[in-house]
Amino acid sequence: MADPFLSIQHVRKSFGTTTVVEDFNLDVERGEFVSFLGPSGCGKTTVLRMVAGFEEPSAGKIVVGGKDITRLKPNQRNVGMVFQAYALFPNLTVAQNIGFGLKVAGMPKADIDARVAEMLGIIKLPQMADRYPYQLSGGQQQRIALARAIAPKPKLLLLDEPLSALDAKVRVSLREEIRSIQKKLGITTIFVTHDQEEALSISDRIAVMYGGKAEQVGTPFEIYNRPSTKFVANFVGTLNVLEGTVTDAAAGTVRVNSEQVSLKGKLNGSKSGDTLSLALRPEAISLGRQPGRDSSLSGEISEVHFLGSVIRVRVGIGGNTVSLDTFNSPATPPPAVGEKAEISFSSDDMLVLH
Amino acid sequence: MKAGRFWAWFVFALGAAYFFIPLIATVEFSMRMRRGAYSFDAYKVVLGDARFQATFGYSVLAAVFTIILGVLIVVPAAYWIRLRLPQLRPIVEFITLLPLVIPAIVIVFGYIRMYGSNSPLPFLATDTGTNALLVIGYATLSLPYMYRAVDTGLRTIDVRTLTEAAQILGAGWGTIVTRVILPNVLIAVLSGAFLTFAIVIGEFTMASLLNRPAFGPYLQNIGANRAYEPAALAIIAFAITWGCMSLIQILSRFAPKSANRPN
Repeated sequence: MADPFLSIQHVRKSFGTTTVVEDFNLDVERGEFVSFLGPSGCGKTTVLRMVAGFEEPSAGKIVVGGKDITRLKPNQRNVGMVFQAYALFPNLTVAQNIGFGLKVAGMPKADIDARVAEMLGIIKLPQMADRYPYQLSGGQQQRIALARAIAPKPKLLLLDEPLSALDAKVRVSLREEIRSIQKKLGITTIFVTHDQEEALSISDRIAVMYGGKAEQVGTPFEIYNRPSTKFVANFVGTLNVLEGTVTDAAAGTVRVNSEQVSLKGKLNGSKSGDTLSLALRPEAISLGRQPGRDSSLSGEISEVHFLGSVIRVRVGIGGNTVSLDTFNSPATPPPAVGEKAEISFSSDDMLVLH
Repeated sequence: MKAGRFWAWFVFALGAAYFFIPLIATVEFSMRMRRGAYSFDAYKVVLGDARFQATFGYSVLAAVFTIILGVLIVVPAAYWIRLRLPQLRPIVEFITLLPLVIPAIVIVFGYIRMYGSNSPLPFLATDTGTNALLVIGYATLSLPYMYRAVDTGLRTIDVRTLTEAAQILGAGWGTIVTRVILPNVLIAVLSGAFLTFAIVIGEFTMASLLNRPAFGPYLQNIGANRAYEPAALAIIAFAITWGCMSLIQILSRFAPKSANRPN
């Protein structure tokens, strides 16, 4: 990345003796949609608040469009932000809320009116201009908050868990709407969430955070399929973790419940006799032997959950339990609990967690 | 159950009698100026008295200035404490309660000693200075009511997020206070303002000791020298106070509604 639009460089933030963000680095390209994903208390919102100017970094700097904004006040940064709690001004109508930033900037009334109408069109609520926030649903309020944030044409859009307060159905539709508006306007966006599905579905890249650090930064595909740390592997998606013992480090073979699995090139300096944590995504596992799957393990079906189009099956393999999903087929009844079963997978899909 | 209800009503009736009998008696007495017939003569005399009009006008003006001063001090202070210095809240609450504990006479003697014509800040050397000092004193007296009203209003809105939302949209502190915070606590501010008005209108100690032509000393003067007029004045003062309270109730219906609590 030659010339990043947003560059967060070696940023650290401490409150008293507690360090909540440690040496955080991230470069974001112009027009990119990057999500900060992580559990509560991982520092994702603190980084966002430092970009917004609500918190001052204890060390490091933040550069936007080549300009160091680390010490600028929030009202000098030309950044738009959407909050989890909507934060619409209760005393102002929808149109006045959207036009607030434009009025503060001293834009002529006619231009404000035109821009507000344009924004209401973009968020598909043109008839709501004269309503007050209390007359709107949560989803409508958050769309107005989005329109208010982007109306002054900010350089950067920050979204602080904007969907957390909404019900599941609205969340899905609104996240798609946010992404489509962001793409249409080409605005560089940082999205904070603890919901992995949200992050995976709408981001260009994801920064998975834990303990104040970025554990891994990558595309959703990379984060999901090639997690670089045990935390990322566990946090993103469902993961089956199996304990294995290296039987021949040179040949790359590992014993899992008395069966051999070949993991050539993945053992990364492990010695024979070492115990390893091995991980498999449910969708990488098939019930029964399947062509193209070079490894298999035997066990016994311990649970079967019929979920409609999908059947979730749990197979006990020695001391481990492996979860996998199979599609429902009307012609084939689901497997029964207690049946002997064989699962197969490609050893390429097996991750060694470090 | 029935016995319980009877005693509840009995206590209520007792309380109502305790409050209303003296009031009714005062109304009745204030209408007996004309021998043998009820009349509003006492009210006519009071309302027609030039001193009533002058002192009442003076106190209304003093109340308006007190409200302005109170709002200018209390709104930014209560806002800042909620936003940035929540740990100071108990201390500030204690300070704002002091005027209820320290008698007005102590405050006013303190003022006379501190701001006499020989002091570095000779407020009392001129009429305007004394008027200003009276308004400052009134603002102190009304502090417990004004602060609590504004603080309660601020509690109903998400001060921090609204402030940050306005800041990120480019607003400075002046814009945030005047266009975001104040309009959302306006009803609370008005409640405080009416309570302040009611206090200032009847205040006697400060106005008397600073020798100001206010309504309180006039009430006392009339009370000491006339029979029926003080009763009429008491009823007028009641009406003004109750009018203020009713206005608070009416205005609170027009409060900006929070999105979280639409009703």
